Amino acid sequence: MSLRPVLIIAALLGLIGLSLFSYKVIVLGFPLVPNETTDVWTVEARIAFEALPGSVKVSLQIPTLTPGYTVFKENFVSPSFGFTTLYTASGRTAQWAVRQAEGPQTLYYRAVVYRDRANLREDTTPTLPPVPVLDEPYNTAMQVLVDEVRAASADAATFTSELLRRLNDPSPDQNVALFLSQVTTPTELAQAASTLLAGNRIPSRLVRGIQLLEQQRNAAIVPWLEIHDGDRWLYFNPTSGEPGLPQEFLFWWRGSQPLVHVEGGRNTDVRLAVTKNVAEAMVVAEARAERARSRLVEFSLFSLPIQTQAVYSVLLLIPIGALVIVLARNVVGIQTFGTFMPVLIALAFRETRLFSGVVLFTLLVGLGLAIRFLLEKLRLLLVPRLATVLVSVVLLMLLVSVISAKLGVEVGLSVALFPMVILTMVIERMSIVWEERGAKEALQQGLGSLVVAAICYAVMGMDYLEHMVFVFPELLLLFLAATLLLGRYRGYRLSEFVRFRAFERAP
Amino acid sequence: MKLLSRLRQLSARGVLGLNERNGDYIMRHNPRALYPLVDDKLRSKELALAAGMAVPALYGVVRTEHDAGELPQTLAERDSFVVKPAHGSGGDGIVVVSHRGHRRRDRFHLIDGKIMQLAELRYHVSNILSGQYSLGGNPDQALIEYCVQHDPVFQAISYLGIPDIRIIVFLGYPVMAMVRLPTRLSGGKANLHQGAVGAGIDIATGVTGVGVLANDMVDEHPDTGNMITGIQVPRWDEIMALAARCHDVVGLGFLGVDIVLDRERGPLILELNARPGLNIQIANRAGLGKRLREVEAWPDRGTDFAARVQRAQAAFAA
Repeated sequence: MSLRPVLIIAALLGLIGLSLFSYKVIVLGFPLVPNETTDVWTVEARIAFEALPGSVKVSLQIPTLTPGYTVFKENFVSPSFGFTTLYTASGRTAQWAVRQAEGPQTLYYRAVVYRDRANLREDTTPTLPPVPVLDEPYNTAMQVLVDEVRAASADAATFTSELLRRLNDPSPDQNVALFLSQVTTPTELAQAASTLLAGNRIPSRLVRGIQLLEQQRNAAIVPWLEIHDGDRWLYFNPTSGEPGLPQEFLFWWRGSQPLVHVEGGRNTDVRLAVTKNVAEAMVVAEARAERARSRLVEFSLFSLPIQTQAVYSVLLLIPIGALVIVLARNVVGIQTFGTFMPVLIALAFRETRLFSGVVLFTLLVGLGLAIRFLLEKLRLLLVPRLATVLVSVVLLMLLVSVISAKLGVEVGLSVALFPMVILTMVIERMSIVWEERGAKEALQQGLGSLVVAAICYAVMGMDYLEHMVFVFPELLLLFLAATLLLGRYRGYRLSEFVRFRAFERAP
Repeated sequence: MKLLSRLRQLSARGVLGLNERNGDYIMRHNPRALYPLVDDKLRSKELALAAGMAVPALYGVVRTEHDAGELPQTLAERDSFVVKPAHGSGGDGIVVVSHRGHRRRDRFHLIDGKIMQLAELRYHVSNILSGQYSLGGNPDQALIEYCVQHDPVFQAISYLGIPDIRIIVFLGYPVMAMVRLPTRLSGGKANLHQGAVGAGIDIATGVTGVGVLANDMVDEHPDTGNMITGIQVPRWDEIMALAARCHDVVGLGFLGVDIVLDRERGPLILELNARPGLNIQIANRAGLGKRLREVEAWPDRGTDFAARVQRAQAAFAA
């Protein structure tokens, strides 16, 4: 029988497992370490104004396309106001409205954003803007300036850099000075640059954003310039001409309109605040996957109710235990009672801890064996005898729990978690081996089972492993591949080196 | 590394390991559908009888609790007999009654010196019926058969029970053999993992070699102190032929054949095993894997068992 089909299946399983795993790690950012946290920022816009008698309508620009970041939880606090969000040509607007309001009003917009490298792409390719028609002398100045800058540049990006350099020149030439005569703020500088870029038919947008710092009560609104080079959007600092985005910069809105517009109110005051905090990496990864409409996550364990998740976080450890059993039996050659009994015992050890688990297990099996040997004298048929042992095991467990509760030994209570049917079978099998093959072999196999259970417990108890198989159940495919390969292992078991040691002395 | 040198030694001698036995020989040469023929000792006995081979006579089969109630009648005529589960493994559940009380017929004297009351025997039989000794715990049947009177040749080197000869038959060729000698430790049973001594037998001549107890080599019987080496097993060619024919009867490629030598009836087939143990290699100080690989290259001789025996004897002479 050829080894090839097994190798192919194992390789396929391994490949599928690994690719799902790396997709989830690299693209969706699932955490590799348990309890990993990630930085998130809560941003808040607080609009305070004094309502005039009559109806009030408030429009607030809110973030929509935010390169490098993703907004994942938004809420709007607006007592007694009707509320809606809508998409406009330049982005997204939150609108509050009320028919009757008077006196001071406060509205809040709050959102949680997290860093998301995958969100760098922009979605639109703009049409080429028409060359603006300006009044003289601006029109001629623009023509000259555009021609000069074009001569000193190679493409849209270098054109923009060169233009911004000239606009920010401390001693500007006269054409630049003409444009700068009306510019007082960086925003106006960016707007002027935008006009001049249109003069060379380069699409550009004025962007306003804030820096995501540790804690800001009143974050400064920073203007930025976005240009499209026909292929993608590029970012420039309008006050220096440097390309790129500042560190931790959140785009809030685009276009030249103000952040907030209040109809029927006065003394409007709007503040943007930022607080940095941490969230569990898993929560953020899920949100990211949800945005990416990833089917993978829709069908993941996290879509299950919490209790079911808790069950699976334990059940997913069983394949790991099974692999340990395969290694222990086919590679090492340890004999155990019942193929997978040690895995179930190891699960019980999770609750009792190892030492007390071993003590309780030995106690129960020892007492059970004593009862089983007494029953032998009564000559019961097999099934009633098994049932009698089972009932005795349950009673023994109860006894151990009650006595340890009286003594104040808390660990005795967890004895209830031992799989009693499995214990019964162990007792039965052990007593038969004891009678037929002698006490030595029975104790040897009993000890073997206990050792394998302890190893299973140690492996299955690794927090890291538990986290990995729960977050990445596809890793079980790797376990499956390993098991398949071990299924074709034809070499010696370690125990056979001892068993056949006579060959060493033989001539 | 010590492990590495051991590994080299074992594979150089072609020692067969459990994984290789299970994966490469049992799985490939023993179709699962044929297992019942050997796992059910009643069926293998019937098959052997139909082929005209000698087996210990069957006194009765206990199939139900009702049958068990009729044990006294079934056993009325018998002074010595063996009770065994039809689906037992590794010798578990076998009771050998050597004789009964002269006046108290309901006292059964077992071969290891214990005494069993009729009620105890009945309890043992009903345990067999409920599957205590069967593979997978399935309900089983109890066979009651002739208790072999062993040949005097083994008198000096066995304690109580009946020695038997285990022969590994691969693709119809007898490839390795040993005799299993009961000891005080094995309670008169001829199973190595119960403490019996195994002694290798030269396939060509039928002369015994060094023995193995547990995993160690011995050359004298632990209880009687007599040498177990250099003993000529009588009627060896008959035994070889009988073993080789078993392959034709059950069709399993990798087969353990257990034969006993009765002082009157000669070689009898005791049982067949689809998963023969590997200690035979220690008893023979030879690797089974090497021989199996050699046989795989030989031609299929059909049912010409005499030719197969000849070929194997020529190839595997000690």
